[in-house]
Amino acid sequence: MPLARRVARLAVCSAVVLVTASACAPEPEKKASGNATTAASCAPGELATVASGKLTVGTDKPAYAPWFEDNDPANGKGFESAVAYAVAKQLGYDKGQVVWQTVPFNSSFAPGAKKFDFDINQVSISDQRKKAVAFSSGYYEVRQAVVALKTSKAAKAKSVADLKDVKLGAQVGTTSLDFVNDLVKPTQKPSVYQKNDFAKSALKNGQVDAIVVDLPTAFYITGAEVTDAEVVGQFENTTGTPERFGLVLDKESALTSCVSGAVDKLRDNGTLASLEKKWLSEAVDAPVLK
Amino acid sequence: MTVTKEASAVEDAYVPSERRLARERHKRVRARRATAVAALSTLVTGAVLFLVVVNSPGWERTKETFFSAHYARVALPQVLDGLWLNVRLLVVCGACVLVLGMLLALARTLRGPVFFPLRALATAYTDFFRGLPLIICLLLVIFGVPALRLQGVTTDPVLLGGAALVLTYSAYVAEVFRAGIESVHPSQRAAARSLGLSNRQTLRHVVIPQAVRRVVPPLLNDLVSLQKDTGLVSIGGAVDAVYAAQIIASKDFNYTPYVVAGLVFVALTIPMTRFTDWVTARMDRRRAQGGLV
Repeated sequence: MPLARRVARLAVCSAVVLVTASACAPEPEKKASGNATTAASCAPGELATVASGKLTVGTDKPAYAPWFEDNDPANGKGFESAVAYAVAKQLGYDKGQVVWQTVPFNSSFAPGAKKFDFDINQVSISDQRKKAVAFSSGYYEVRQAVVALKTSKAAKAKSVADLKDVKLGAQVGTTSLDFVNDLVKPTQKPSVYQKNDFAKSALKNGQVDAIVVDLPTAFYITGAEVTDAEVVGQFENTTGTPERFGLVLDKESALTSCVSGAVDKLRDNGTLASLEKKWLSEAVDAPVLK
Repeated sequence: MTVTKEASAVEDAYVPSERRLARERHKRVRARRATAVAALSTLVTGAVLFLVVVNSPGWERTKETFFSAHYARVALPQVLDGLWLNVRLLVVCGACVLVLGMLLALARTLRGPVFFPLRALATAYTDFFRGLPLIICLLLVIFGVPALRLQGVTTDPVLLGGAALVLTYSAYVAEVFRAGIESVHPSQRAAARSLGLSNRQTLRHVVIPQAVRRVVPPLLNDLVSLQKDTGLVSIGGAVDAVYAAQIIASKDFNYTPYVVAGLVFVALTIPMTRFTDWVTARMDRRRAQGGLV
């Protein structure tokens, strides 16, 4: 009899656990249902956004020049801020309806509910990354560049081979680091930094001979932050497909096609080119390292 | 005659009573039943948890992002490569921390007015470095020291980072040692002095051995903590196990390398924990020689 009672108690317990657990498990969101999937979902100002009636845009903090100005994405200054507002306008949201969220780079690709509609943070599009997130079409074609102190041996580099024996640095999670590892293949282990700020400090201190960053950032660093450094040169694109920055969206986001369409339109009507000229005009002619 | 003898021998031998046998049988049955119920209960709980996780709406993506076999294979060699840096830092910094921590603790327990500056300095040191967040200490040392452009001072982030770890951790460990030294009863000191030992000899042969034994568990705690914090040196660009994982994770947007790095650290910590338990148990046995009362 006690055994029977115990089994009964166990059954009750596990039933309770099961019920509670299934009550906790969230229902799959019904975002994709209804008119959200139809082509009409791109109607101006009526997207199925995170906060209805608002467009939530994410970027990391600090937000670096020349992509943003004064670490304030909401001021519309800097290339990416301007692009974000242009995309928002294209989607039917005016400046007041754009909400900025701080999204650290490392959590922008976490699975699960996102707190942004799209994230703009100099994220390069790659097939590997497409398994985790969705990308809009590219809004900027980027080249990687080498920055070195004018006094260092790296400053004299004329080719990729000249960089082999140089102590190089790059930021984690960037294609800059991929160029260091896959193209230059330096003899010394490259230094990898959490933020470009640390890379810049290391460059100033001589802890690395040169750092690899994208070209606009390279010009900003040499122009404003580490003035005794210079842009040694830029890398050629090796893969054939040019490297592009894309807006990051949740993999299941219903907005992807709308946002991509908006970016395409901005490219076609010349808006992206003019914004590029306005904010990134310096990044035009740097010698190419072959 | 013999028969009776044998019979009496049998009678003398202990024969458990019927009642006792029944009691033992009952106990055995109960024990078996308890084990069975516990096993069943564990099984059911495990199954329920498993089903809840696996049937959650996001499981497929979570599995792909956190438990991808492909990325685990890619990450493991690089994580282990990074772990070598953690282990080297742990051994070298651990040794330095123990020595420096002990010296600081001794400086703080010195008596005599002539030692006041030393005492004050040691107190200020422990107060400051125990309060200073480790990450700030690391940043200041790794990027601040080379900025001074002193001749002959290294700019290697690993050496500088190791120095920062030693600075912070020796402050913690000094306090642990001091607590141990102060926990030795004054009568021990008095007895040693009355035997004719000098102050220094008392410290060396009576106080410190007892003090160290008492603080081994918290010391090993600090060591485990140090083991995990060695990874923070990566702020200076050096690649440790966790950072190696982060590099892969942020390149391909997959978190599996973090899981691999986490498991590697756990695998490193478990032997250390068992070692701690063993050391503590051994010391307890020694202290309680002659048996516990």
